[in-house]
Amino acid sequence: MLTVEGLRSRYGRIEVLHGIDLDVASGEIVTVVGANGAGKTTLLKCLSGIQPVSAGSILFRGEALTTVSAHRRVQRGLAQSPEGRQIFTNLTVEENLRLGAYLFADEKVDRDMQDAFVMFPILKEKRNLAAGGLSGGQQQMLAIARALMARPSCLLLDEPSMGLAPILVAQIFDVVKSMKALGVTVLLVEQNAFGALSVADRGYVMETGRITMSGPAAELIADERIRAAYLGI
Amino acid sequence: MRLSSKVTTLLILAAVIAIAPVFFPSSYYFRVGSLIFVNGLAVTGLVILIGYAGQISLGHAGFAGIGAYACALAPVHLGLHPAFAALLGAALSAGIAFLVGRPILRLKGYYLAVASLGFGILVSMVLSNEAQLTGGPDGMAVPELGLRGALKAIGIDLSNTEFWYAFSGFVLVLGAWLALNLHHSPTGRALRALHGSEVAARTVGVDVAHYKLVAFVLSAVYASVSGSLLALQNKFITPDVAGFMHSIEMVTMTVLGGAGSVLGAILGAAILTTLPQVLTIFQEYEQLMLGLVMMLVMIFMREGLLPSITRRIRGRGE
Repeated sequence: MLTVEGLRSRYGRIEVLHGIDLDVASGEIVTVVGANGAGKTTLLKCLSGIQPVSAGSILFRGEALTTVSAHRRVQRGLAQSPEGRQIFTNLTVEENLRLGAYLFADEKVDRDMQDAFVMFPILKEKRNLAAGGLSGGQQQMLAIARALMARPSCLLLDEPSMGLAPILVAQIFDVVKSMKALGVTVLLVEQNAFGALSVADRGYVMETGRITMSGPAAELIADERIRAAYLGI
Repeated sequence: MRLSSKVTTLLILAAVIAIAPVFFPSSYYFRVGSLIFVNGLAVTGLVILIGYAGQISLGHAGFAGIGAYACALAPVHLGLHPAFAALLGAALSAGIAFLVGRPILRLKGYYLAVASLGFGILVSMVLSNEAQLTGGPDGMAVPELGLRGALKAIGIDLSNTEFWYAFSGFVLVLGAWLALNLHHSPTGRALRALHGSEVAARTVGVDVAHYKLVAFVLSAVYASVSGSLLALQNKFITPDVAGFMHSIEMVTMTVLGGAGSVLGAILGAAILTTLPQVLTIFQEYEQLMLGLVMMLVMIFMREGLLPSITRRIRGRGE
């Protein structure tokens, strides 16, 4: 579904991605794990079109994306829940969700919203409140629900567990796992390597702008080097 | 039954406009009222730009100048009726806003403020310097709109100040109605989304550059119509209408009253239009008191007058 080849990107004169190769098949949950500053978020920003790419290619469902602007990538089915949640704090929960479905003006939007409320009942309770008043975990759920409102075929998730209490982290990873049942392909970027690899099919390990290891998630979790470097075991 | 905020706002606005004249001791009050409505219209446009979309402009008097001078020039040179001249001015302002907005809206914050400021100054300099066309700093006469005569023919006899009070009040309600409808439309949500977070707006599929431009063009049309109304009721116009001070005044009114709220911004226009008249009791300290009031409001009511007051009342009710 998503194929990245030789992707490079830079902030000014400093290159932060030195040629990333990665692919995600339809229906998979794939995770990219790595330490802070490895370039994971930059990679996702390149995929969603917020960060310019200096070399390499991005293919999404067989089409080149590199020169497609961010809002058009959403139209093609690639939605992102950005780092730090980035919900619209000045808008209500419901308005946030409606913005997720910004591309559509049909009656399915209301059904999608009901589905989102089934998935995240707390959002239904708070639908008319300003999103800025939600707790961190609720905001993260809203960010994911909002991304799903765009009816993506592939969802990019940037650090959904960041800054959340352990019990909420577990909940968020359950949500990620449930994307499989919805038929949504997921590319998950995480510092929490253990949590991410537990729900993913395959994983990539990223270090200072390069992919250093990849393979089935179960193998990576069992790998001695990974256990030492990222899992703290 | 609970009325929607849109209907409430429009009802309040229409009721105040309709009832206020009962308490007017002289025709001078009609004149001040119509000035408030003219400023209120420009400020409603800025609510779309500043309050909804979160973009700043310190050059919107430039568009007011274009609207005003269209009413002065088009009837003389093109033989247009002043009403069509105002429409031409609005179309011209929209076109110029479209061309100017594209490059300058790529800028953010201070940079956008300075770039838009430059645009406003440019317009007022052209109006001052093209003296053989615009009369330069001395200004020029504007023809009669003629609507008052038409109303008289069908039996509605209003004095000049009464007519302009009613007519600009009507246009203001119309403008407020459009702005309020925009607020809850998908376009309005997109504008408020990019105000909240441009990155997030892009990730849900909002074309940020396009919507900034939409807000800029709409607010330019409001400013232009406001300038036209001012020119038509004064029947005389000088380049001051496009001047830097007028731009600053517009933004101050918007922010003082509450940039996020149409009614708040109009309240801001009403206060800053009438306050200088009231503060004349302080004689030479008038400007000082004006500045003091504005500083106190911004320090203690950061969201602007109306949003802060309604929040306080609601807070007490709970």
